[in-house]
Amino acid sequence: MAEPILEVRGLVKHYPLTQGILIKRQIGAVKAVDGVDFDLGTGETLGIVGESGCGKSTVAKMLVNLERPTAGVIRYKGEDITRLSGRALKAVRRNIQMVFQDPYTSLNPRMTVGDIIGEPYEIHPEVAPKGSRRQKVQELLDVVGLNPEYINRYPHQFSGGQRQRIGIARGLALRPEIIVADEPVSALDVSVQAQVVNLLDKLQTEFELSYVFIAHDLSIVRHISDRVGVMYLGRIVETGSDAEIYEHPTHPYTQALLSAVPVPDPTARAHRERIILSGDVPSPANPPSGCRFRTRCWKAQERCALEVPALAVPAEFRLTSGPAAHDSACHFAEEKHVVP
Amino acid sequence: MPEPHEPAEGAIAGTGAGGAMDLAASEATTLTPGQQGGAGGPGAGGPARSLWSDAWRDLRRNPVFIISGLIILFLLFISLWPSAIASGDPLDCDLANAQKSSSPGHPFGFDGQGCDVYTRTVYGARASVTVGVCATVGVALLGSVLGGLAGFFGGVWDAILSRITDIFFAIPVVLGGLVLLSVVTSNTVWPVIGFMVLLGWPQISRIARGSVITAKQNDYVQAARALGASNSRMLLRHIAPNAVAPVIVVATIALGTYIALEATLSYLGVGLKPPTVSWGIDISAASQYIRNAPHMLLWPAGALAITVLAFIMLGDAVRDALDPKLR
Amino acid sequence: MATEDPVATEAPTATEAPPLLEVRDLHVEFRTRDGVAKAVNGVEYGVRSGETLAVLGESGSGKSVTAQAIMGILDIPPGRITSGEILFHGQDLLKLKEEERRKIRGSGMAMIFQDALSSLNPVLSVGDQLGEMFTVHRGMSRKDARAKAVELMDRVRIPAAKERVTQYPHQFSGGMRQRIMIAMAMALEPSLIIADEPTTALDVTVQAQVMDLLAELQRELNMGLILITHDLGVVADVADTIAVMYAGRIVEKAPVHEIYKAPAHPYTKGLLESIPRLDQKGQDLFAIKGLPPNLMNIPPGCAFNPRCPMAQDVCRTDVPPLATVTYEGLTAERRSACHFWKETLRG
Repeated sequence: MAEPILEVRGLVKHYPLTQGILIKRQIGAVKAVDGVDFDLGTGETLGIVGESGCGKSTVAKMLVNLERPTAGVIRYKGEDITRLSGRALKAVRRNIQMVFQDPYTSLNPRMTVGDIIGEPYEIHPEVAPKGSRRQKVQELLDVVGLNPEYINRYPHQFSGGQRQRIGIARGLALRPEIIVADEPVSALDVSVQAQVVNLLDKLQTEFELSYVFIAHDLSIVRHISDRVGVMYLGRIVETGSDAEIYEHPTHPYTQALLSAVPVPDPTARAHRERIILSGDVPSPANPPSGCRFRTRCWKAQERCALEVPALAVPAEFRLTSGPAAHDSACHFAEEKHVVP
Repeated sequence: MPEPHEPAEGAIAGTGAGGAMDLAASEATTLTPGQQGGAGGPGAGGPARSLWSDAWRDLRRNPVFIISGLIILFLLFISLWPSAIASGDPLDCDLANAQKSSSPGHPFGFDGQGCDVYTRTVYGARASVTVGVCATVGVALLGSVLGGLAGFFGGVWDAILSRITDIFFAIPVVLGGLVLLSVVTSNTVWPVIGFMVLLGWPQISRIARGSVITAKQNDYVQAARALGASNSRMLLRHIAPNAVAPVIVVATIALGTYIALEATLSYLGVGLKPPTVSWGIDISAASQYIRNAPHMLLWPAGALAITVLAFIMLGDAVRDALDPKLR
Repeated sequence: MATEDPVATEAPTATEAPPLLEVRDLHVEFRTRDGVAKAVNGVEYGVRSGETLAVLGESGSGKSVTAQAIMGILDIPPGRITSGEILFHGQDLLKLKEEERRKIRGSGMAMIFQDALSSLNPVLSVGDQLGEMFTVHRGMSRKDARAKAVELMDRVRIPAAKERVTQYPHQFSGGMRQRIMIAMAMALEPSLIIADEPTTALDVTVQAQVMDLLAELQRELNMGLILITHDLGVVADVADTIAVMYAGRIVEKAPVHEIYKAPAHPYTKGLLESIPRLDQKGQDLFAIKGLPPNLMNIPPGCAFNPRCPMAQDVCRTDVPPLATVTYEGLTAERRSACHFWKETLRG
C-alpha cells in the first residue's frame, strides 16, 4: 500500500444516554463506534460496508470533524486532527471533504447552485480571489457534467442525480485530497447510480483523490474500492483487498452479508447457498460480550462470549500467503466461497 | 399534499446533463432549460426562481390574499394620512351634538362627547396599526433571536430559556395587563407595546427554536460546517432563511390579535388613554350608550373586526404559500 | 409461466388459468399547480393465482401509482383515473361503488408497504391491529381474534408471539415490523397481494429473510403476488414474470429467465448493464445517459428515445406498441414496446 494519508487508531464514539430534565444523569451510552482502526493510502479507495446502525456513518462524520471522537486518533499526514480547533481545524477541513447521502437535504434550497458551489471560496477566501470565483464554479459544474449555465438555478429545479453532482462539485471546490462519501448513490435511481459512480471514478484519477466510500450496498463497494472494511456493531470485523473480502471471506458475518445480496441472475437461484442469519442486530447501547456477532453466528461457542477476537490475520492462515490471509476478527475464521 | 409522491420526482427533474462520460453528446440531445425559458412549459424548465418567488406567485393568485392585502394597504394609508379622507379634527367635539345620529357631513353621527364618529374611526386606525405593527416587530425580533440562539446552541441556555417561556405562558394576558399597566401613567402607546412584547415573545421564541432545530439537522448545515463555516455563517446563511417562514406566518396572525388586545386593554382602561384616539377607547365609551346610540359602538367595533380579520386572513394566505404541506 | 425452465419448479401456474387480476389500458394523471403529470399511460398487465409478477421501475415510472389504482387507495384529487379497466376475478373494480371496493380490500386483495413503521398505528398493540382484521371483517369475538393474532405472528415466525402480541409497533425491529405487515396482509387470506418495495427499507441480511417468508406464504396460499421494486436483484430471486415500466408504460414483459438472458428493450438492457455486480469488478459501469423523463412533458414517440442508444427517427414520432416477441424456444408470452426489439434481442 502507498504511504497512508490517513491513519485511524482506536476510534471510539459513545453517545451518552441521559435521564432527567434539568439535572442530567448518565445512565449508559450508545457505543456507536467502539474501537476502529484503518489506514487510507494516497490515491486509494477504502470501502466501508455494514448494515444500518453499525457505526459507519459515525466514522464518516468523525473523519470530517463533524463529530468529535470519545477516544482514539485520526492522523492526517501524521498529525492528529481530532483535537484541532480554530484556524488549524479550518486548514485541515480544506483537505478532507464530504459527499452526503441525501441530495435533497444536503443542498440549501434558498441558495443558487452558484452560491452553493462558491461557498467554500467565501469561507476560504485564500483559495480563489474574488474575481475568479464565478469562473471556477462554472469549471466545477463542467467537471461534474452539468451545464455551466445552470449557475443561477435553485436546487429544486434539478433531479436527484444532478443534485448529487452539485454536492460533489461543492466537495471538490477546495481541491481536497480526501473525500469521504457517505452512501453517495443509495438515494438515487438505479439508472442514475452508474453515472454518479463513474463520475466519482473519473474524478479520482483527475484530481488524485483518496476516497473513503461508505455504503450498505456491497456490489457498489466492490466496484469502486481497492480495499474493503466490513463493520458490525461499531467495530471492523474483517478487512482486506476487494478480492480477499469478496472471493475469500473468512469472517462469518462477511459471508452472511455477501450471501444475502440478491444477484440479478435468476439461474443462480437454485445453486446459490444463502446464509440466512437469525434474529436482529443487538442494540449498540448494550452489545454482547466477547465477539459482538456471536448472538447471530452459527459457529458461536463459549469462547466467543468470553474473548473479544482481535482484528488480525487468523492463526490458521498466518503461515499461508494466500488471499485468505487477511485481517478477520473471528476465533473460528474459515474460508468460504459465497459469491457465485 | 397537493403533489403525489410518484410523479413528484419526475416533475422536479428538469432536462439537462447526461452522463459525465459523454457530456457533449448528451448535452446535444437534451434541451437546456435556460434556453427554453418560459416556453419550456411549467415544471419542465421554467426560468430560475426561488422558493420565495414561488410563494409570491401563489399569493398573487389567492383572492384571500388580495382582499386582505388591499384592506391592510388602505389601513396603512389612513393611519399615515388620516386627513386625506377625514377633514375634521377628532378632538374637536361639541357636547351639543352628543349622541346625534348621522347627518350630512357626519355620516357616522356623533359620540357621547359630541365628537364626529367618522373622524374618530379614521384617526383610530393609527393607534391600532402602530401598536399592532410595533408589537409584532418587537415580538418577532426578540422571540426569534432568543429562540433561534437557544435552538442553535442547545444545552443549558436552551433549558433555561424553555423554562422561562413556560413561566410566561402561564401568565393570563388580560390579568397581566391589568396588573402591570395599571401602574403606568404615560399617555403614549409605548407601555402597551412594551407589555405586548414582554408577554408575546415566548410564543415566537418557541416556534423559532423548533424551526431552527429542524433546519439545523439538514445536511446542508453539516456540509457548511465541514467546509469550516463559522457559527454566524451557518445561522445567518443556512439556518435563518430556512427557519423564518413559520415565524413570519405566526407573526402575521399575531398582529391581528395584538390589535384586538390593544382594544381590550383600552376598553378596560389600562391600555391607551384619552386624548389618544383609539378604537378600544371609543368602544369603551360607546358601551354606556349602547341602547340609545348603537351607531357609536358599531363603527369602531366594525373597523376593529375588519382589521383583525384582514391580518388573520393574510397570515393564513402567507402560510399556505410558504408551507404548502400544512394545507 | 416460466415453466419451460427446469430450475423454476416452484411455479405451479397453468398457462390456461384465467388471470386473477387484469389491468387494461389504465391511464392516471395528477393535476398539480405546475400542470398535469401523466403518471400512468396505458398500463396492461395481468397476474394469475400462484404467480409472482414483478413490476420493475424507477421513481416516477408509475409502478406505485398503478398499484394504488388497483387497491383503490389513490388520492383523488389530485389523482384521476382517466380511462382503463381493472378486472379482478373478472369484475371491473373501477365500476364498483366505494363501499363494495372496501369489502374487497383486505379480504380479496391486500397491500404491503415499504415503510412498516408508518403503516402501523403507533398507539395500538400489534395484537389489537392484527385482531381488528378478524373482528371487523369476520365478526369474531375479541378473544378469538387475539388467538388468531398470535397464530398469525407464529406463522410469520415472530419469536415468542404469545408474549409479544401485546407490544407496540415501535418495540419491534424493522424486519419484525415488516413481518407484522405481512401477517396483516395475509390475515384474511386474500387472493392477491401487492407488495410495494417490501424490503427496500431493510438491511441486506434481513431482506432475504423477509423475502423468503413472503414467497413461502404466497406458495402455501396459492395467491397472486405483485411485487413492485426497483431492485433487479430481488426480482431475479423470486419473480416468475417481470414487467418493466418506464414513464407510465410497460416497456417490456417477459418470463424472468428470458429477460435476464436477453432483454428485448434497450431500457431493460441498460438497467441490467448498469448495475454493479458482486461477482464482477469492471472498470467503468455502463451508464444510461440522461435523466428519467419529466411526467409533465413526456417526449413524443417512445418516451425512452432521448436516452436510447438505438433511437431512430421513427422512435421520435411513433409510440411503439407493446408487441408480441417471438423466437425459437420461447414458450411463454413475451412482449416489448420497442420498434427495434429484434435488433435489441440480438444484442
